[in-house]
Amino acid sequence: MPAPTVLMGAVAYDPKVVTIWEGFRAWLRGNGLDFDFVLYSHYERQVEDLVAGRIDAAWNSPLAWLRAERLAAASGSAVHALTMRDTDRDLTSVVVVRADSPVRQVEDLAGLVVAVGAVDSPQATLIPLGHLAAAGVPVDVRRFDVGVGLHGDHIGGERDAARALIAKEVDAACMIDANHLAFVQEGTLPPEGTRIVAQTARYDHCNMTVRDPASAGVRLFGTLLRGMSYADSQVRPLLDLEGLTAWEDSRTSGYDALARAVDASGFYAADGRVTAAGYRP
Amino acid sequence: MNAVPAAEIHLGGLGFGRGAHLLVQRALAGLPPGGRLAVSGRDPALPVHLPAWCRSRGHRVEWPDPADRSELVAVVVRGTADDDRWFGAERAGPALPTALSSRPPPRWGLGARGALLEAGGPEARFDLDERDLVWADVAPKLYAQAAARQWDPESEVPWDDAFTLPADVEAAVVQVMTYLVENEQAALVVPARFVGRIHPHFREVTQLLAVQMADEARHMEVFSRRALLRGAELGTSSAGGRQSLFTLVAESDFALASFLLSVLGEGSFVDLLSFLERNAPDPVTRRICWLAMQDERRHVVFGMAHLEHQATVDPRLRDRLRAAIHRRHDALIDTAGLNADVFDALVVLAAGSWRPDDVSAGFQRVQELQHAMDQGRQRRLVRLGFRPDEAAELSALHTRNFM
Repeated sequence: MPAPTVLMGAVAYDPKVVTIWEGFRAWLRGNGLDFDFVLYSHYERQVEDLVAGRIDAAWNSPLAWLRAERLAAASGSAVHALTMRDTDRDLTSVVVVRADSPVRQVEDLAGLVVAVGAVDSPQATLIPLGHLAAAGVPVDVRRFDVGVGLHGDHIGGERDAARALIAKEVDAACMIDANHLAFVQEGTLPPEGTRIVAQTARYDHCNMTVRDPASAGVRLFGTLLRGMSYADSQVRPLLDLEGLTAWEDSRTSGYDALARAVDASGFYAADGRVTAAGYRP
Repeated sequence: MNAVPAAEIHLGGLGFGRGAHLLVQRALAGLPPGGRLAVSGRDPALPVHLPAWCRSRGHRVEWPDPADRSELVAVVVRGTADDDRWFGAERAGPALPTALSSRPPPRWGLGARGALLEAGGPEARFDLDERDLVWADVAPKLYAQAAARQWDPESEVPWDDAFTLPADVEAAVVQVMTYLVENEQAALVVPARFVGRIHPHFREVTQLLAVQMADEARHMEVFSRRALLRGAELGTSSAGGRQSLFTLVAESDFALASFLLSVLGEGSFVDLLSFLERNAPDPVTRRICWLAMQDERRHVVFGMAHLEHQATVDPRLRDRLRAAIHRRHDALIDTAGLNADVFDALVVLAAGSWRPDDVSAGFQRVQELQHAMDQGRQRRLVRLGFRPDEAAELSALHTRNFM
C-alpha cells in the first residue's frame, strides 16, 4: 500500500523556512508520510491554492486562516485547523509610548500619530488598531509596510515602528508582546524608555489549515506533528527555528478579534475577496 | 488559580529588560515539570513580558484573579522543554587528560573535553582520532613549558648591539639565515597540515602544535631580520633544498611526518643551531640561534614521546618509519641535497678568517657537525627500537639538507 501523502504550502518569509521544512520533510518521510511542500511568496496565493485543492495543507497566518475559511465557505466547502504551535496561543499586542510621553491612558492617544506594522500584519496593525477603534480612540495611523503579503511574519515593519517611536517621529507604536520584550532586550527600545498604554485581549496566531481532515495523509500528518518531541535531537533545532516547543491541537476560538478588525477595516469581503485598499502582495 | 503554588519569587522592580528572566529561570530550575511558581513584581511591563517569555520557553501561565490586589503577576507552570533539551546529553569524556578515550566519537566535535553536550549537532570529521596515533602523556607538560617560554623577538635579541663583520663573513651569515628561514617555513607548514585533523579531545596536542607553529613563526622572523640587518638582499635557495623540504610537507601521515620532521629533521637542526651559536661571528646571530635551539629541543621531545608510545602499541610502526626514510631517500636521490652555498658559508663561519689553516679547521668543524648530527639521529632511532646497525644505515639515508 502506498504511503499516505500530504502536499503543504508554506510562505517563504525568511530563508530559514527552507531549512525548517526540508528538515521536517525528512523526518515526516522517515515516519511513513509521503510529505512534500511548496513555497509561496505571499499568503494570498497559498490560501487560494488550498481552497482550489492544489495543496492539502497550508501553514497559515491567522489572517490567511480567516480568508481560507471565507473562500471555502463561499465555494460551499470548508477548511479545518489541524494543529498549531504551543507559541501560537494567547498572544497579545501592545500600544507603546515613550516613557516621558504625556499619554497616560489609551484615551489620551486620540488624534495622535500611531505607528503600526505592515498593512496586513494581524499583530502590529489590524488587531491593535481594532482595539483602539473599539475603545473609541481615533488615531492618525503611520504604517510601516515591510514584507507586504507576509501577514506580519517579517519583523521589519514592527521594528521600524519601534524605531520611529524612539526617534520621536510618532507618538505611539503597536507591536506584539514578544517583540516588545525582544526590542527591549536587543536594545532597539531602551529598557525603561517606553511605557505600555494598552494591551489587547489574548488571541491566537498561526495554524495548519487543511481541506480534508479525514484523509489518511492529513490524519497521519496531524498525529506525527503532535508526536514531535523537543527531546528528539533531530527535530529540536527545527522546532527552535520555527519557534515552538510542541505542536498542539488547533483551536479556532482565538481569531474573533482579528475577524472583527478585518471586517471593520474592510480587509477581506465576507466571501474572501481581497478588498483592502492599496494592498498589493 | 487551581492549586496552591509550590514556590514564589518576588522580582521587586526588576523587569525583563534588565535580566528578570534569570531569576525566574533559576526559581523554575528547582521545580519539577508541572511545578508552579508564583511570580510577583512591580515592573509595569511585567504582565506583558512574563507571559511572552514563558510562551517561548514552553512554560504555561495561569492568570491571577482580577480581584487580586497583590503584586502577583502570574503563576508559571513549568514546562518540559528545559529538561527535554538535555535528554540524551552526554559528557565529552573526562575533563582532565587522565583517562582519555581511545577513540573519541565524531559527534563530540568541537565541544570542550568534559563538557555536557546537547544531543544532535554536526558529526565533525577529525580523522586523527586515535589516542595511540596522536597522544603522548608528556604533551600537557610540554605545552605548559612551551607556553611559559615564549619569547619576544623585539626584546630578547640585542638588535642594536654594535658589531662590524667583514663583507664575506656577513654574506656567509646572510646565506645561512636564508637557509634557516626556508627550513622554518617548512617546519611551520608541516604541523599546520595536521592541527585541523586532530580530534579536539586531544587538545593538549593541538595546543602544543599551535605553540610549535608560533615558535617557527618567530624563528622565521628573527632569521629574516638578521639576514637583512646589514643589507637588503637574501642569499640563495637551491632547487634540491626546496625539493627536500617539499617531501616533508607532502607527507600526509601524522606519525611519519612527525618522524621525518621532528625526530630526524629538527633533531639535526638542534645540532646545527648549537654549532651556529658556538661559531656565530656576532651577538645577534648567537642569540637568535640559542633561542631557536631551545624551542627546537622541545619539538624533538614531543615527536620522540609520541612515537615511542606508538611503537609500544603498534609493532609495525618501525616498518613504516623505515619505509618512510627509504621513500624520501629515493625521492631525493637525483637532487644535490644541501645547498653548496650553505655548506661553504658554514665553513666560513667556523673558520672565522681566510687563512688556510683556519679554513681547514672550519672545514673540520663542519664535518664534526655532520658527524654529530648522524650520531644524534642514530641515538634517537635506537630509542625508537631500531637495532644499532640498522639505525646507522637509516641515518645515512637521511637528507643531506639536514632538515
